[in-house]
Amino acid sequence: MELQDLYFLIEVIIGGLMAGVLYSLVALGFVLIFKASGVFNFAQGAMVLFAALPVVRLIEWGVPVWAAIAAAAAIMIGLAFVIERTVLRPLVNQEGIILFMATLGVTFLLEGLAQQIWGSEVYRLDIGIPTDPLFLGEILVNGFDISVAVAAGLLVAALIAFFQTTKVGRALRAVADDHQAAQSVGIPLNHIWIIVWSIAGLVALIAGIVWGSKLGVQFAMTFVALKALPVLILGGFTSIPGAIVGGLIVGAGEKLSEVYLGPIIGGGLENWFAYMLAMVVLLFRPQGLFGEKIIERV
Amino acid sequence: MAEATTTNPATTLLQVSNIEVIYDHVILVLKGVSLSVPEGGIVALLGANGAGKSTTLKAISNLLRAERGDVTKGSIEYKGQRIDGLTPNDLVKRGVIQVMEGRHVFGHLTVEENVMTGAYTRNDGAAAIRDDLDLVYRYFPRLKERRRSVAGYTSGGEQQMTAIGRALMSRPKMILLDEPSMGLAPQLVEEIFEIVKRLNEQEKVSFLLAEQNTNIALRYAKYGYILENGRVVMDGDATALAANEDVKEFYLGLSGTKRKSYREVKHYRRRKRWLS
Repeated sequence: MELQDLYFLIEVIIGGLMAGVLYSLVALGFVLIFKASGVFNFAQGAMVLFAALPVVRLIEWGVPVWAAIAAAAAIMIGLAFVIERTVLRPLVNQEGIILFMATLGVTFLLEGLAQQIWGSEVYRLDIGIPTDPLFLGEILVNGFDISVAVAAGLLVAALIAFFQTTKVGRALRAVADDHQAAQSVGIPLNHIWIIVWSIAGLVALIAGIVWGSKLGVQFAMTFVALKALPVLILGGFTSIPGAIVGGLIVGAGEKLSEVYLGPIIGGGLENWFAYMLAMVVLLFRPQGLFGEKIIERV
Repeated sequence: MAEATTTNPATTLLQVSNIEVIYDHVILVLKGVSLSVPEGGIVALLGANGAGKSTTLKAISNLLRAERGDVTKGSIEYKGQRIDGLTPNDLVKRGVIQVMEGRHVFGHLTVEENVMTGAYTRNDGAAAIRDDLDLVYRYFPRLKERRRSVAGYTSGGEQQMTAIGRALMSRPKMILLDEPSMGLAPQLVEEIFEIVKRLNEQEKVSFLLAEQNTNIALRYAKYGYILENGRVVMDGDATALAANEDVKEFYLGLSGTKRKSYREVKHYRRRKRWLS
Protein backbone atom coordinates (compact mmCIF):
# COMPACT_ATOMS: atom_id res chain seq x y z
CA MET A 1 0.00 0.00 0.00
CA GLU A 2 2.76 2.42 0.94
CA LEU A 3 4.72 1.49 -2.15
CA GLN A 4 1.60 2.14 -4.23
CA ASP A 5 1.36 5.63 -2.77
CA LEU A 6 4.96 6.30 -3.66
CA TYR A 7 4.42 5.17 -7.23
CA PHE A 8 1.38 7.40 -7.46
CA LEU A 9 3.38 10.34 -6.15
CA ILE A 10 6.07 9.74 -8.75
CA GLU A 11 3.48 9.52 -11.52
CA VAL A 12 1.93 12.79 -10.41
CA ILE A 13 5.34 14.46 -10.40
CA ILE A 14 6.19 13.11 -13.84
CA GLY A 15 2.84 14.24 -15.21
CA GLY A 16 3.47 17.69 -13.76
CA LEU A 17 6.99 17.89 -15.14
CA MET A 18 5.67 17.06 -18.60
CA ALA A 19 3.18 19.90 -18.44
CA GLY A 20 6.06 21.97 -17.14
CA VAL A 21 8.13 21.26 -20.26
CA LEU A 22 5.46 23.05 -22.28
CA TYR A 23 5.54 26.08 -20.04
CA SER A 24 9.31 26.03 -20.29
CA LEU A 25 9.24 26.06 -24.06
CA VAL A 26 7.00 29.10 -24.18
CA ALA A 27 8.96 30.86 -21.44
CA LEU A 28 12.15 30.18 -23.38
CA GLY A 29 10.86 32.24 -26.28
CA PHE A 30 10.21 35.16 -23.95
CA VAL A 31 13.65 34.90 -22.37
CA LEU A 32 15.50 34.83 -25.70
CA ILE A 33 13.90 38.02 -26.95
CA PHE A 34 14.04 39.77 -23.60
CA LYS A 35 17.73 39.02 -23.24
CA ALA A 36 18.73 40.25 -26.65
CA SER A 37 16.53 43.28 -27.08
CA GLY A 38 15.10 44.10 -23.68
CA VAL A 39 11.65 43.76 -25.19
CA PHE A 40 8.98 41.85 -23.39
CA ASN A 41 7.41 40.11 -26.35
CA PHE A 42 3.75 39.74 -25.57
CA ALA A 43 3.27 38.08 -28.97
CA GLN A 44 5.10 34.90 -27.94
CA GLY A 45 1.83 33.07 -27.26
CA ALA A 46 0.39 34.21 -30.57
CA MET A 47 3.56 33.03 -32.29
CA VAL A 48 2.94 29.54 -30.92
CA LEU A 49 -0.45 29.48 -32.62
CA PHE A 50 0.88 31.18 -35.73
CA ALA A 51 3.55 28.48 -36.06
CA ALA A 52 1.33 25.49 -35.30
CA LEU A 53 -1.57 26.29 -37.62
CA PRO A 54 0.31 25.99 -40.93
CA VAL A 55 1.80 22.67 -39.78
CA VAL A 56 -1.68 21.27 -39.17
CA ARG A 57 -3.15 22.49 -42.42
CA LEU A 58 -0.24 21.47 -44.58
CA ILE A 59 -0.34 17.96 -43.14
CA GLU A 60 -4.08 17.90 -43.82
CA TRP A 61 -3.38 18.82 -47.43
CA GLY A 62 -1.12 15.81 -47.75
CA VAL A 63 2.25 17.48 -47.35
CA PRO A 64 4.76 15.19 -45.59
CA VAL A 65 5.26 15.97 -41.90
CA TRP A 66 8.89 17.06 -42.23
CA ALA A 67 8.07 19.38 -45.13
CA ALA A 68 5.18 20.93 -43.21
CA ILE A 69 7.45 21.62 -40.25
CA ALA A 70 10.16 23.02 -42.51
CA ALA A 71 7.62 25.30 -44.17
CA ALA A 72 6.41 26.53 -40.78
CA ALA A 73 10.02 27.15 -39.74
CA ALA A 74 10.53 29.20 -42.90
CA ILE A 75 7.37 31.17 -42.11
CA MET A 76 8.65 31.94 -38.60
CA ILE A 77 12.01 33.15 -39.93
CA GLY A 78 10.20 35.28 -42.50
CA LEU A 79 8.10 36.68 -39.69
CA ALA A 80 11.27 37.67 -37.82
CA PHE A 81 12.42 39.67 -40.86
CA VAL A 82 9.06 41.38 -41.18
CA ILE A 83 8.87 42.27 -37.47
CA GLU A 84 12.41 43.65 -37.48
CA ARG A 85 11.68 45.76 -40.55
CA THR A 86 8.26 47.07 -39.65
CA VAL A 87 8.21 47.18 -35.86
CA LEU A 88 11.66 47.10 -34.26
CA ARG A 89 13.61 49.28 -36.68
CA PRO A 90 11.24 52.26 -36.66
CA LEU A 91 10.94 52.06 -32.88
CA VAL A 92 14.63 51.73 -32.10
CA ASN A 93 15.69 53.61 -28.95
CA GLN A 94 12.15 54.08 -27.77
CA GLU A 95 11.12 53.27 -24.23
CA GLY A 96 10.62 49.62 -23.32
CA ILE A 97 6.92 50.23 -22.72
CA ILE A 98 6.45 51.49 -26.28
CA LEU A 99 8.03 48.36 -27.69
CA PHE A 100 5.88 46.30 -25.38
CA MET A 101 2.77 48.01 -26.73
CA ALA A 102 4.01 47.32 -30.23
CA THR A 103 4.26 43.61 -29.45
CA LEU A 104 0.67 43.78 -28.18
CA GLY A 105 -0.25 45.00 -31.65
CA VAL A 106 1.76 42.20 -33.21
CA THR A 107 -0.16 39.74 -31.03
CA PHE A 108 -3.54 40.78 -32.39
CA LEU A 109 -2.24 40.87 -35.93
CA LEU A 110 -0.79 37.37 -35.69
CA GLU A 111 -3.91 35.92 -34.06
CA GLY A 112 -6.11 37.45 -36.72
CA LEU A 113 -3.87 36.55 -39.64
CA ALA A 114 -3.28 32.99 -38.51
CA GLN A 115 -6.98 32.27 -38.25
CA GLN A 116 -7.82 34.17 -41.42
CA ILE A 117 -5.39 32.16 -43.47
CA TRP A 118 -5.42 28.75 -41.82
CA GLY A 119 -8.84 28.53 -40.20
CA SER A 120 -10.07 28.87 -36.66
CA GLU A 121 -11.39 25.50 -35.58
CA VAL A 122 -9.73 23.07 -33.21
CA TYR A 123 -7.43 20.86 -35.24
CA ARG A 124 -5.92 17.54 -34.37
CA LEU A 125 -2.19 17.37 -34.94
CA ASP A 126 -0.43 14.05 -35.35
CA ILE A 127 3.18 14.13 -36.42
CA GLY A 128 3.74 10.46 -35.68
CA ILE A 129 5.31 10.55 -32.24
CA PRO A 130 4.33 7.28 -30.52
CA THR A 131 1.89 7.84 -27.68
CA ASP A 132 1.76 4.34 -26.21
CA PRO A 133 1.95 4.18 -22.44
CA LEU A 134 5.14 2.72 -21.07
CA PHE A 135 5.88 1.00 -17.80
CA LEU A 136 9.16 1.94 -16.20
CA GLY A 137 9.17 -0.71 -13.47
CA GLU A 138 5.86 -0.10 -11.76
CA ILE A 139 5.49 3.46 -12.94
CA LEU A 140 3.22 4.31 -15.83
CA VAL A 141 4.43 7.02 -18.17
CA ASN A 142 3.33 8.31 -21.54
CA GLY A 143 5.71 7.56 -24.41
CA PHE A 144 4.87 10.89 -26.02
CA ASP A 145 5.90 12.75 -22.89
CA ILE A 146 9.25 11.01 -22.88
CA SER A 147 9.94 11.98 -26.50
CA VAL A 148 8.96 15.56 -25.78
CA ALA A 149 11.17 15.75 -22.72
CA VAL A 150 14.14 14.41 -24.67
CA ALA A 151 13.50 16.85 -27.53
CA ALA A 152 13.16 19.78 -25.15
CA GLY A 153 16.38 18.76 -23.41
CA LEU A 154 18.24 18.63 -26.72
CA LEU A 155 16.83 21.99 -27.76
CA VAL A 156 17.97 23.64 -24.56
CA ALA A 157 21.41 22.08 -24.77
CA ALA A 158 21.74 23.30 -28.34
CA LEU A 159 20.66 26.82 -27.39
CA ILE A 160 23.06 26.99 -24.47
CA ALA A 161 25.90 25.76 -26.64
CA PHE A 162 24.99 28.36 -29.25
CA PHE A 163 24.94 31.19 -26.73
CA GLN A 164 28.08 30.19 -24.87
CA THR A 165 30.43 29.07 -27.60
CA THR A 166 29.64 30.73 -30.92
CA LYS A 167 30.59 34.17 -32.10
CA VAL A 168 26.99 35.13 -32.80
CA GLY A 169 25.91 33.77 -29.42
CA ARG A 170 28.53 35.90 -27.73
CA ALA A 171 27.36 38.91 -29.71
CA LEU A 172 23.78 38.21 -28.60
CA ARG A 173 24.87 38.23 -24.98
CA ALA A 174 26.86 41.40 -25.58
CA VAL A 175 23.81 43.12 -27.03
CA ALA A 176 21.78 41.98 -24.03
CA ASP A 177 24.30 43.65 -21.72
CA ASP A 178 24.84 46.97 -23.43
CA HIS A 179 23.47 47.52 -26.87
CA GLN A 180 25.22 50.82 -27.42
CA ALA A 181 28.61 49.33 -26.65
CA ALA A 182 27.74 46.38 -28.89
CA GLN A 183 27.05 48.84 -31.67
CA SER A 184 30.33 50.62 -31.01
CA VAL A 185 32.33 47.46 -31.70
CA GLY A 186 30.46 46.94 -34.95
CA ILE A 187 27.78 44.44 -33.98
CA PRO A 188 24.79 45.30 -36.20
CA LEU A 189 21.71 45.33 -33.98
CA ASN A 190 19.34 44.67 -36.89
CA HIS A 191 20.94 41.31 -37.67
CA ILE A 192 20.95 40.36 -34.01
CA TRP A 193 17.25 41.09 -33.70
CA ILE A 194 16.42 39.04 -36.78
CA ILE A 195 18.45 36.13 -35.43
CA VAL A 196 16.90 36.24 -31.99
CA TRP A 197 13.33 36.61 -33.25
CA SER A 198 13.93 33.71 -35.63
CA ILE A 199 15.15 31.53 -32.78
CA ALA A 200 12.17 32.57 -30.66
CA GLY A 201 9.93 31.72 -33.63
CA LEU A 202 11.47 28.25 -33.95
CA VAL A 203 11.06 27.66 -30.23
CA ALA A 204 7.43 28.75 -30.59
CA LEU A 205 7.05 26.27 -33.45
CA ILE A 206 8.29 23.43 -31.29
CA ALA A 207 6.06 24.50 -28.42
CA GLY A 208 3.14 24.70 -30.84
CA ILE A 209 3.74 21.22 -32.22
CA VAL A 210 4.04 19.69 -28.77
CA TRP A 211 1.06 21.54 -27.36
CA GLY A 212 -0.98 20.90 -30.47
CA SER A 213 -0.24 17.18 -30.50
CA LYS A 214 -1.38 16.96 -26.92
CA LEU A 215 -4.45 19.17 -26.81
CA GLY A 216 -5.18 20.08 -30.42
CA VAL A 217 -4.22 23.24 -32.25
CA GLN A 218 -6.63 25.96 -31.22
CA PHE A 219 -6.94 29.60 -30.31
CA ALA A 220 -6.63 28.77 -26.59
CA MET A 221 -2.93 28.17 -27.26
CA THR A 222 -2.28 31.87 -27.10
CA PHE A 223 -3.18 31.77 -23.43
CA VAL A 224 -0.22 29.53 -22.69
CA ALA A 225 1.63 32.81 -22.69
CA LEU A 226 -0.14 33.72 -19.46
CA LYS A 227 1.13 30.58 -17.76
CA ALA A 228 4.62 31.42 -18.93
CA LEU A 229 4.58 34.63 -16.89
CA PRO A 230 4.86 33.03 -13.45
CA VAL A 231 7.46 30.71 -14.94
CA LEU A 232 9.50 33.73 -15.99
CA ILE A 233 9.14 35.39 -12.62
CA LEU A 234 10.22 32.19 -10.92
CA GLY A 235 13.14 31.43 -13.20
CA GLY A 236 14.27 34.95 -13.94
CA PHE A 237 13.63 36.91 -17.11
CA THR A 238 17.15 36.59 -18.42
CA SER A 239 18.04 32.99 -17.75
CA ILE A 240 17.60 30.11 -20.17
CA PRO A 241 18.14 27.46 -17.47
CA GLY A 242 15.79 29.54 -15.32
CA ALA A 243 13.00 29.25 -17.89
CA ILE A 244 13.42 25.48 -17.99
CA VAL A 245 13.67 24.89 -14.25
CA GLY A 246 10.94 27.46 -13.59
CA GLY A 247 8.63 25.66 -16.01
CA LEU A 248 9.32 22.29 -14.43
CA ILE A 249 8.75 23.62 -10.91
CA VAL A 250 5.49 25.29 -11.88
CA GLY A 251 4.30 22.18 -13.74
CA ALA A 252 5.14 19.74 -10.96
CA GLY A 253 4.03 22.16 -8.25
CA GLU A 254 0.58 22.69 -9.67
CA LYS A 255 -0.10 18.98 -10.14
CA LEU A 256 1.17 18.12 -6.66
CA SER A 257 -0.82 20.88 -5.03
CA GLU A 258 -3.94 19.90 -6.94
CA VAL A 259 -3.68 16.24 -5.97
CA TYR A 260 -2.55 16.56 -2.38
CA LEU A 261 -3.75 19.96 -1.21
CA GLY A 262 -6.81 20.18 -3.46
CA PRO A 263 -9.02 17.84 -1.40
CA ILE A 264 -8.15 19.74 1.79
CA ILE A 265 -8.73 23.34 0.72
CA GLY A 266 -11.04 22.76 -2.21
CA GLY A 267 -10.18 22.18 -5.88
CA GLY A 268 -9.08 24.55 -8.59
CA LEU A 269 -5.63 24.97 -7.06
CA GLU A 270 -4.02 24.11 -10.36
CA ASN A 271 -5.27 27.35 -11.84
CA TRP A 272 -3.81 29.76 -9.35
CA PHE A 273 -0.91 27.88 -7.79
CA ALA A 274 1.59 29.26 -10.31
CA TYR A 275 0.58 32.86 -9.71
CA MET A 276 0.72 32.42 -5.95
CA LEU A 277 4.21 30.99 -6.29
CA ALA A 278 5.23 33.90 -8.54
CA MET A 279 4.04 36.37 -5.95
CA VAL A 280 6.06 34.75 -3.20
CA VAL A 281 9.13 34.81 -5.45
CA LEU A 282 8.58 38.49 -6.22
CA LEU A 283 8.47 39.24 -2.51
CA PHE A 284 11.62 37.41 -1.56
CA ARG A 285 13.76 37.10 -4.67
CA PRO A 286 12.65 39.55 -7.33
CA GLN A 287 15.35 38.65 -9.84
CA GLY A 288 14.05 35.06 -9.87
CA LEU A 289 15.91 31.88 -9.04
CA PHE A 290 18.41 32.21 -11.88
CA GLY A 291 18.04 35.81 -12.94
CA GLU A 292 21.17 37.74 -13.60
CA LYS A 293 22.38 39.63 -10.64
CA ILE A 294 22.39 43.32 -11.20
CA ILE A 295 26.06 44.15 -11.10
CA GLU A 296 26.66 47.39 -9.34
CA ARG A 297 30.06 48.76 -8.59
CA VAL A 298 30.43 51.51 -6.08
CA MET B 1 60.00 55.70 -57.29
CA ALA B 2 60.45 54.51 -53.75
CA GLU B 3 59.08 57.80 -52.46
CA ALA B 4 55.99 57.45 -54.57
CA THR B 5 54.97 54.16 -52.97
CA THR B 6 55.66 55.00 -49.35
CA THR B 7 52.85 56.87 -47.68
CA ASN B 8 53.44 60.39 -46.64
CA PRO B 9 53.33 60.50 -42.82
CA ALA B 10 51.41 63.75 -42.92
CA THR B 11 48.53 62.39 -45.01
CA THR B 12 45.17 63.31 -43.56
CA LEU B 13 43.37 60.24 -42.28
CA LEU B 14 40.27 61.88 -40.91
CA GLN B 15 38.86 65.23 -41.92
CA VAL B 16 35.87 66.72 -40.14
CA SER B 17 34.60 69.86 -41.84
CA ASN B 18 32.28 72.29 -40.16
CA ILE B 19 29.80 69.78 -38.78
CA GLU B 20 26.66 70.79 -37.00
CA VAL B 21 24.89 68.29 -34.75
CA ILE B 22 21.33 68.52 -33.56
CA TYR B 23 19.80 66.19 -30.98
CA ASP B 24 16.12 65.36 -31.11
CA HIS B 25 15.66 67.82 -34.00
CA VAL B 26 15.87 70.80 -31.63
CA ILE B 27 18.97 70.81 -29.45
CA LEU B 28 21.93 72.31 -31.28
CA VAL B 29 25.07 70.81 -29.76
CA LEU B 30 27.86 71.28 -32.29
CA LYS B 31 27.88 74.60 -34.11
CA GLY B 32 30.47 74.04 -36.76
CA VAL B 33 33.36 71.86 -35.67
CA SER B 34 36.28 71.20 -37.98
CA LEU B 35 39.33 69.14 -37.23
CA SER B 36 41.71 66.76 -38.90
CA VAL B 37 43.74 63.79 -37.79
CA PRO B 38 46.87 62.92 -39.76
CA GLU B 39 47.77 59.32 -40.43
CA GLY B 40 49.69 58.01 -37.42
CA GLY B 41 48.79 61.00 -35.28
CA ILE B 42 47.48 61.42 -31.77
CA VAL B 43 45.11 64.36 -31.67
CA ALA B 44 43.52 65.62 -28.47
CA LEU B 45 40.07 67.11 -28.28
CA LEU B 46 39.93 69.20 -25.14
CA GLY B 47 37.28 71.12 -23.32
CA ALA B 48 35.02 71.22 -20.31
CA ASN B 49 31.92 69.15 -19.62
CA GLY B 50 29.28 69.68 -22.26
CA ALA B 51 31.66 71.35 -24.70
CA GLY B 52 30.79 68.75 -27.34
CA LYS B 53 33.78 66.41 -27.23
CA SER B 54 31.79 63.18 -26.95
CA THR B 55 29.27 64.40 -29.49
CA THR B 56 32.06 65.05 -31.97
CA LEU B 57 33.41 61.53 -31.52
CA LYS B 58 29.96 60.02 -31.79
CA ALA B 59 29.28 62.01 -34.92
CA ILE B 60 32.36 60.43 -36.48
CA SER B 61 31.62 56.86 -35.30
CA ASN B 62 27.92 57.44 -36.02
CA LEU B 63 26.80 56.23 -32.62
CA LEU B 64 24.93 59.52 -32.65
CA ARG B 65 22.00 58.03 -34.53
CA ALA B 66 21.27 55.74 -31.58
CA GLU B 67 20.95 58.80 -29.34
CA ARG B 68 18.59 60.58 -31.72
CA GLY B 69 21.26 62.94 -32.90
CA ASP B 70 21.88 64.01 -36.49
CA VAL B 71 24.72 65.61 -38.38
CA THR B 72 22.81 68.36 -40.18
CA LYS B 73 25.65 70.27 -41.82
CA GLY B 74 29.21 69.70 -42.83
CA SER B 75 31.04 66.55 -43.86
CA ILE B 76 33.22 63.83 -42.40
CA GLU B 77 35.85 62.23 -44.59
CA TYR B 78 38.02 59.25 -43.83
CA LYS B 79 40.83 58.45 -46.27
CA GLY B 80 39.29 60.97 -48.62
CA GLN B 81 35.85 59.35 -48.67
CA ARG B 82 32.67 60.67 -47.13
CA ILE B 83 31.73 58.48 -44.18
CA ASP B 84 28.85 60.41 -42.66
CA GLY B 85 25.77 58.25 -42.88
CA LEU B 86 27.64 54.94 -42.70
CA THR B 87 26.59 52.59 -39.90
CA PRO B 88 28.98 51.86 -37.01
CA ASN B 89 29.25 48.36 -38.42
CA ASP B 90 30.55 49.71 -41.77
CA LEU B 91 32.91 52.08 -40.00
CA VAL B 92 34.39 49.36 -37.81
CA LYS B 93 34.98 47.28 -40.94
CA ARG B 94 36.81 50.25 -42.49
CA GLY B 95 38.96 50.66 -39.39
CA VAL B 96 37.27 53.42 -37.39
CA ILE B 97 36.16 52.38 -33.92
CA GLN B 98 35.11 54.27 -30.82
CA VAL B 99 35.96 53.41 -27.22
CA MET B 100 33.08 54.94 -25.35
CA GLU B 101 33.21 57.20 -22.35
CA GLY B 102 32.73 55.28 -19.13
CA ARG B 103 34.19 52.07 -20.62
CA HIS B 104 30.87 50.31 -21.34
CA VAL B 105 32.22 46.80 -20.94
CA PHE B 106 29.74 43.94 -21.21
CA GLY B 107 29.23 43.40 -17.51
CA HIS B 108 28.09 39.79 -17.57
CA LEU B 109 30.67 38.55 -20.05
CA THR B 110 34.15 37.53 -19.00
CA VAL B 111 37.08 39.77 -19.80
CA GLU B 112 38.16 37.49 -22.63
CA GLU B 113 34.65 37.29 -24.07
CA ASN B 114 34.50 41.07 -23.95
CA VAL B 115 37.73 41.39 -25.87
CA MET B 116 36.59 38.80 -28.40
CA THR B 117 33.38 40.67 -29.21
CA GLY B 118 35.64 43.25 -30.85
CA ALA B 119 36.40 40.71 -33.56
CA TYR B 120 32.75 40.41 -34.59
CA THR B 121 33.16 42.17 -37.92
CA ARG B 122 36.21 40.17 -38.95
CA ASN B 123 36.17 37.19 -41.24
CA ASP B 124 39.84 36.49 -41.69
CA GLY B 125 39.79 33.25 -39.73
CA ALA B 126 40.18 32.04 -36.16
CA ALA B 127 43.98 31.88 -36.31
CA ALA B 128 44.39 35.57 -37.12
CA ILE B 129 41.92 36.48 -34.39
CA ARG B 130 43.80 34.29 -31.92
CA ASP B 131 47.04 36.10 -32.83
CA ASP B 132 45.42 39.44 -32.16
CA LEU B 133 44.09 38.22 -28.83
CA ASP B 134 47.68 37.39 -27.88
CA LEU B 135 48.69 40.85 -29.08
CA VAL B 136 46.08 42.43 -26.82
CA TYR B 137 47.34 40.36 -23.90
CA ARG B 138 50.90 41.49 -24.62
CA TYR B 139 49.83 45.11 -24.33
CA PHE B 140 47.60 44.43 -21.34
CA PRO B 141 49.13 41.58 -19.30
CA ARG B 142 46.58 42.36 -16.55
CA LEU B 143 43.77 41.31 -18.85
CA LYS B 144 45.39 37.94 -19.39
CA GLU B 145 45.48 37.36 -15.63
CA ARG B 146 41.83 38.30 -15.35
CA ARG B 147 40.60 36.74 -18.58
CA ARG B 148 38.11 34.45 -16.81
CA SER B 149 36.71 37.12 -14.49
CA VAL B 150 33.31 38.59 -15.12
CA ALA B 151 34.05 42.04 -16.51
CA GLY B 152 31.42 43.77 -14.38
CA TYR B 153 33.39 42.93 -11.25
CA THR B 154 36.80 44.09 -12.45
CA SER B 155 38.31 47.44 -11.47
CA GLY B 156 37.86 50.65 -13.41
CA GLY B 157 41.37 50.44 -14.83
CA GLU B 158 40.86 46.87 -15.94
CA GLN B 159 37.58 47.84 -17.56
CA GLN B 160 39.26 50.63 -19.47
CA MET B 161 41.91 48.18 -20.63
CA THR B 162 39.19 45.72 -21.61
CA ALA B 163 37.43 48.40 -23.62
CA ILE B 164 40.62 49.39 -25.47
CA GLY B 165 41.59 45.75 -25.98
CA ARG B 166 38.13 45.04 -27.36
CA ALA B 167 38.51 47.86 -29.88
CA LEU B 168 41.97 46.59 -30.90
CA MET B 169 40.47 43.25 -31.89
CA SER B 170 38.79 44.92 -34.83
CA ARG B 171 42.22 45.83 -36.25
CA PRO B 172 41.48 49.54 -36.26
CA LYS B 173 43.37 52.25 -38.14
CA MET B 174 41.75 54.95 -36.07
CA ILE B 175 40.51 54.78 -32.49
CA LEU B 176 38.18 57.43 -31.15
CA LEU B 177 39.02 57.30 -27.47
CA ASP B 178 36.56 59.06 -25.21
CA GLU B 179 37.75 60.13 -21.73
CA PRO B 180 40.15 57.27 -21.02
CA SER B 181 41.14 58.94 -17.74
CA MET B 182 37.63 59.12 -16.33
CA GLY B 183 37.48 57.93 -12.73
CA LEU B 184 40.94 56.40 -12.73
CA ALA B 185 43.85 56.90 -10.35
CA PRO B 186 46.60 59.16 -11.77
CA GLN B 187 49.05 56.29 -11.95
CA LEU B 188 46.63 54.20 -13.97
CA VAL B 189 45.88 57.13 -16.27
CA GLU B 190 49.60 57.36 -16.98
CA GLU B 191 49.71 53.63 -17.68
CA ILE B 192 46.79 53.81 -20.12
CA PHE B 193 48.34 56.75 -21.98
CA GLU B 194 51.68 54.95 -22.21
CA ILE B 195 49.88 52.07 -23.89
CA VAL B 196 48.10 54.46 -26.24
CA LYS B 197 51.49 55.84 -27.21
CA ARG B 198 52.91 52.38 -27.81
CA LEU B 199 49.90 51.36 -29.89
CA ASN B 200 50.36 54.51 -31.91
CA GLU B 201 54.04 53.86 -32.53
CA GLN B 202 54.08 50.09 -32.92
CA GLU B 203 50.65 49.23 -34.32
CA LYS B 204 50.32 52.44 -36.35
CA VAL B 205 46.92 53.24 -34.86
CA SER B 206 45.89 56.88 -35.07
CA PHE B 207 44.02 58.34 -32.12
CA LEU B 208 41.50 61.08 -31.68
CA LEU B 209 41.10 61.37 -27.95
CA ALA B 210 38.59 63.43 -26.07
CA GLU B 211 39.91 64.34 -22.66
CA GLN B 212 39.19 66.65 -19.78
CA ASN B 213 42.58 66.00 -18.29
CA THR B 214 44.28 68.60 -20.47
CA ASN B 215 47.63 68.18 -18.82
CA ILE B 216 48.16 64.54 -19.67
CA ALA B 217 46.42 64.78 -23.03
CA LEU B 218 48.78 67.50 -24.21
CA ARG B 219 51.79 65.51 -23.07
CA TYR B 220 50.87 62.55 -25.25
CA ALA B 221 49.12 64.20 -28.18
CA LYS B 222 50.90 65.91 -31.04
CA TYR B 223 48.12 68.31 -31.83
CA GLY B 224 45.14 69.62 -29.93
CA TYR B 225 41.78 71.28 -30.45
CA ILE B 226 39.93 73.11 -27.72
CA LEU B 227 36.16 72.99 -27.83
CA GLU B 228 33.87 75.39 -26.07
CA ASN B 229 30.14 75.44 -26.41
CA GLY B 230 30.11 73.33 -29.54
CA ARG B 231 32.82 75.32 -31.35
CA VAL B 232 36.56 74.97 -31.79
CA VAL B 233 37.98 78.04 -30.09
CA MET B 234 41.65 77.25 -30.41
CA ASP B 235 43.92 74.69 -31.97
CA GLY B 236 47.62 74.12 -32.38
CA ASP B 237 50.58 71.87 -31.69
CA ALA B 238 50.38 70.26 -28.28
CA THR B 239 53.51 72.01 -27.06
CA ALA B 240 52.24 75.38 -28.24
CA LEU B 241 48.89 74.84 -26.57
CA ALA B 242 50.53 73.77 -23.33
CA ALA B 243 52.58 76.97 -23.38
CA ASN B 244 49.62 79.21 -24.22
CA GLU B 245 48.70 81.57 -21.38
CA ASP B 246 44.94 81.12 -21.85
CA VAL B 247 45.17 77.34 -21.90
CA LYS B 248 47.34 77.43 -18.81
CA GLU B 249 44.83 79.64 -17.07
CA PHE B 250 41.64 77.85 -18.03
CA TYR B 251 42.60 74.23 -18.57
CA LEU B 252 45.81 73.56 -16.74
CA GLY B 253 45.01 75.46 -13.57
CA LEU B 254 48.23 77.45 -13.76
CA SER B 255 47.83 81.18 -13.64
CA GLY B 256 50.49 83.56 -14.77
CA THR B 257 51.72 86.52 -12.80
CA LYS B 258 48.75 88.71 -13.58
CA ARG B 259 45.42 87.21 -12.63
CA LYS B 260 42.75 87.76 -15.23
CA SER B 261 39.55 89.44 -14.21
CA TYR B 262 36.20 87.74 -14.74
CA ARG B 263 35.29 90.27 -17.40
CA GLU B 264 38.32 89.27 -19.44
CA VAL B 265 37.32 85.65 -19.11
CA LYS B 266 33.92 86.40 -20.55
CA HIS B 267 35.52 88.35 -23.32
CA TYR B 268 37.79 85.47 -24.16
CA ARG B 269 34.95 83.03 -24.19
CA ARG B 270 32.96 85.15 -26.56
CA ARG B 271 35.70 85.11 -29.14
CA LYS B 272 34.68 82.65 -31.81
CA ARG B 273 36.77 80.88 -34.31
CA TRP B 274 35.25 79.54 -37.47
CA LEU B 275 37.50 77.08 -39.16
CA SER B 276 35.58 76.39 -42.27
